[in-house]
Amino acid sequence: MPDKKRTVRVPIGPQHPALKEPESFMVDLQGEKISSVALRLGYNHRGIEKGCEERTYMQDLYLVERVCGICSHSHATAFIQAVEEIAGLEIPRRAKYIRTLIAELERVHSHLLWLGVAGHEIGFDTLLMYSWRDRELVMDLFAELTGNRVNYAMNTLGGVRRDIAAEQVPHIQKIVDALEERTKYYIELAMTEETLAQRLSGVGYLSKEDAIRLGAVGPTSRASGADRDTRRDDPYAAYDELDFKVITDDHCDVFGRTVVRLGELMQSYSMIRQILKQMPEGPIAVKAPLKIPAGEAVSRYEAPRGEDVHYVRANGTDRPERVKVRAPTLANTQSVAKMLEDGYLADLPIVVAAIDPCFSCTDRTIAVQGNGDSKTMGWEELVRYGVRWYRDRGVDPSRIKVRGDGLA
Amino acid sequence: MSEAETLVAQLVATFPALTGHVTVQRAKRVWIDVDRQAFPEVFRRLAKDLGFEVFCMITGLDEGADLGLIYHLARNDGLMANVKTRCPKGESMQTITSIFPGGGIYERELIDLLGAHIEGLPEGPRYPLPDNWPKDEHPLLKDWRPRDKGAKDA
Repeated sequence: MPDKKRTVRVPIGPQHPALKEPESFMVDLQGEKISSVALRLGYNHRGIEKGCEERTYMQDLYLVERVCGICSHSHATAFIQAVEEIAGLEIPRRAKYIRTLIAELERVHSHLLWLGVAGHEIGFDTLLMYSWRDRELVMDLFAELTGNRVNYAMNTLGGVRRDIAAEQVPHIQKIVDALEERTKYYIELAMTEETLAQRLSGVGYLSKEDAIRLGAVGPTSRASGADRDTRRDDPYAAYDELDFKVITDDHCDVFGRTVVRLGELMQSYSMIRQILKQMPEGPIAVKAPLKIPAGEAVSRYEAPRGEDVHYVRANGTDRPERVKVRAPTLANTQSVAKMLEDGYLADLPIVVAAIDPCFSCTDRTIAVQGNGDSKTMGWEELVRYGVRWYRDRGVDPSRIKVRGDGLA
Repeated sequence: MSEAETLVAQLVATFPALTGHVTVQRAKRVWIDVDRQAFPEVFRRLAKDLGFEVFCMITGLDEGADLGLIYHLARNDGLMANVKTRCPKGESMQTITSIFPGGGIYERELIDLLGAHIEGLPEGPRYPLPDNWPKDEHPLLKDWRPRDKGAKDA
């Protein structure tokens, strides 16, 4: 028998190879093992940078918020920080705290979302059901605090658009308490459940040297032992006034990425409590000019998936000369090919999902078409509609018992 | 002396020509303006000797006859060095992939969106425009117009 192994090339994607997100992998296989991977990206390119040059700064704020449906506040904040730096605007401390509060709540919903996706990719759908149920608490809280479950539009040039009322604080605390208790359960699960550890350990290995060399960011790099976090290293908003730990791990695999994200959740809860306790009184925005003086600035922001970098160049008008956005997934995809090499083809979905690539969320009101007329529903009505829809099909949601304090 | 000021001193000591071209915008932001000939040496020194091991991105700018290029680097202590250089349109820049293998995707972005020429970039698929996008159309150039809109305007 000749020992020359045959290489088989398998195209995977671009239609949603792992997550609901287009990207394409050209995978070379030797038996079940991956020998090399070539990535093709760009299927979701929407020309947002060009679009920004043709709109005013205020319009751009809403446009960049739509770069990503999950970390929308991250992009909006990264962008507006750069504009404020050029304009020389010092935003009120209370606004900094509110931005940070929304940022950490966003990290909570994003990490819980990831936990569910990771569970789903390894066939552990109970984890998906649990963590996405818990995530609803944050989503509803967003609706209450900002008016939206996604794309919160909390920022404005010079501060934030909405204040946090004193009577909202106990409710936020109650939700953080509930989520902390549940996260502790997930941490216990990750540390003690043997099937989970066995499925994730050694999968998608990325050494610290490779993580640094290939420019990995966020939890992906921290799970390979790189001790980096923009919130600590180049603080923005109110992070320099908060006490928190940067979570790192040296497993360098999907298990490590799980441990890091769970640890970060606990840090976020602690930060949210500090914010609620320390938030100073005062105005939430300063008056900002429509025209921004010529200049340039780079803003960095630790989004849930890693560092967002925004560059803005102003030319003295009400529109920017150039806006450049670097989202963390672009940085992390460079490492994916390395993680997949020498791994099994069957691990591809969880390895790709483990960098937590971004995809869009849905809106919270719908228009129902029927008999020629359309109708817009509010949140309460939408919930009742959903319950009725399932009940008509034989599922009674009220009979589903949820463990805990009934917040869900 | 702050970290940023130390960096300025280190750079000027090695590259006297940079005197007056390194500015501190704020505690964590340093801007370095360097001509195209000196760029590879300055960039290599930052990445290899001065601890700028985090490669953030490249910003490309349409500056008329030139393409403006800003290479954004960072250090683990949070200090960010933004290295600006200019390349006449139609001429080439050397790839940075020998120093940052993950940097290729940002160079491909410059090629697609601004028509940059990058020498030494390993073969690979284009990014981010589709395969059937015309090779000579670069949407981030200031005079670029979408074809349909251009036809209507004319």
